[in-house]
Amino acid sequence: MTPGTDRLFGNPGRRAAIPLLVVLALGFAAPLLAVVGYSFMPPRTFSIFSSPTLENYRTIFEGTAYVSFLWSLALAVITVIMLAIICYPVAYGLVRVFGRWSTLLTLLFTIPLFVSENVRLYGWILLLIKNGVLLGTLKSLFGLELDSILFTLGAIVLGMVYVYLPFMLFPMTLGIAMVPTDTRDAAYDLGASRWQVFREIELPLSMPGLVIGCLLTFVLAIGAIAEAKVLGGQRIIPITHDIESAFTYSQNWPLGAALSVLLMLVVGALVLAVLRRFDLDRVLGRR
Amino acid sequence: MNDRRQRFRHALITAWTIAVLVFVFLPGACLVLASLTASRYFTFPITKWGLEWWSKTFNSIEVRQLLATSISIAAVVTVVAVLVGFFGALAFARYDWRGRSLYQRLVLLPIFFPQSVLGLSLLLWFNALGLDLSWKTAVIAHLVWIIPVVTLVISIQVYSFDPALEEAAFDLGATRAQVFREVTLPVLFPGLFSGALFAFLLSWGNFPLSLFTTGADTTVPEYLYAKMVAGYTPGVPVLGTVSTIGAALLLLGGYGLILLMRRHDRERAS
Repeated sequence: MTPGTDRLFGNPGRRAAIPLLVVLALGFAAPLLAVVGYSFMPPRTFSIFSSPTLENYRTIFEGTAYVSFLWSLALAVITVIMLAIICYPVAYGLVRVFGRWSTLLTLLFTIPLFVSENVRLYGWILLLIKNGVLLGTLKSLFGLELDSILFTLGAIVLGMVYVYLPFMLFPMTLGIAMVPTDTRDAAYDLGASRWQVFREIELPLSMPGLVIGCLLTFVLAIGAIAEAKVLGGQRIIPITHDIESAFTYSQNWPLGAALSVLLMLVVGALVLAVLRRFDLDRVLGRR
Repeated sequence: MNDRRQRFRHALITAWTIAVLVFVFLPGACLVLASLTASRYFTFPITKWGLEWWSKTFNSIEVRQLLATSISIAAVVTVVAVLVGFFGALAFARYDWRGRSLYQRLVLLPIFFPQSVLGLSLLLWFNALGLDLSWKTAVIAHLVWIIPVVTLVISIQVYSFDPALEEAAFDLGATRAQVFREVTLPVLFPGLFSGALFAFLLSWGNFPLSLFTTGADTTVPEYLYAKMVAGYTPGVPVLGTVSTIGAALLLLGGYGLILLMRRHDRERAS
């Protein structure tokens, strides 16, 4: 190796990073630049080499796309809050209560990750639909006839909470595992109440995991597309639906690209702002 | 003194966890039930049970083609993702180098990104490059998201790896290749194995990336989605059940294998 390449690639860490960085450059950075490029193309064109225009952005800001945008934000926020409340006791249990059962339970919670989300949402349809598993049972056992909650806002939130549960649970578990038991015990010995230990020790020390869980679920939820379609019966139109229909039905790629750019800006700013604050070595396990 | 209250709290946490587990597996259970119905339409309670739809689904050439496409994509993705992810994880967790902290954040970006938007971006990019969409472009799309996930999974194993082991082997006169084969690889194997499992299963179940990048080819999740939107066919619960149970068996079997290997190693060591 010549001294020049040695300085560039000589460090084994830098050398090992190269394949991944190439993938990210060609498969992530370049496509995003392509989207930004398309967003400045004249409406309804498919080439990226026309002369740039701001027309798509003007259409968006003069139109009603902000309604979908607000719906997406609201759904994502509700999902994150509900998941934080649902997952905390479970994550706490996985780290501190269940002992050797934790591994099995963790595996069970992992399984749904590997089944495509539309299949899992379909299960909810079978459960909730009229004459489905829930209403059919109520009817045959008690003669009750209730209205299905399918195709309501509640059903969409249910679907989103369900689909993104593992993405909150696992970072949270990592976060709670970061709290040293000694510190907790010491606080108890010094006479702290349970609530004080939770507020002063558990919560702040497990914060990186909690925040990463919230961030991950927020980002995925704002990009959700299947829930509103499958469980919501299109009663609520999220921004991802606008983007998708610009690319499919209306064949207006530049408009879809401009909407994507706006979504990417929100997500990107949030992710970069949050990730900057954490020492990933500590969160992931270098003690 | 606090014992009873502690036990009560733990009982509450256990009950809550069981409730959440039921919530997680309830829709899957409904899929299984629906796949066992003999009638054309699903009503509950089921009046006619039967396995007709299972045999019909599996005898269809279309479904075999779908399974072949999904498995090919997942297999290629697994091999490439583990290779790249292995080196990626060494750079992430093993070596200290300037730029590592920036690199760690870059690796996370595709994970913290809405997948539907990523799929669309790749569609535009492939179009700009003039590539024809097929299952091969879907492999690339899956890799962009799965390589970072696999890198993280392997990194967690790499963090617990003591570099002194490698140094000791060097001191005893081992060559670089020998150290790699006899020390690094065996110690990191559980991480690589979990990484491969994750890669295969995440690719198998992926919908948003496939939707925009497979072109004329169709994967199982895409097919199910098209059928769902078009109306009810009992083939959907059957395929859904197969992909759920397949994933569960692969995951539990895989981890069973890791546990067995660990026990084997411990017995050999003692």
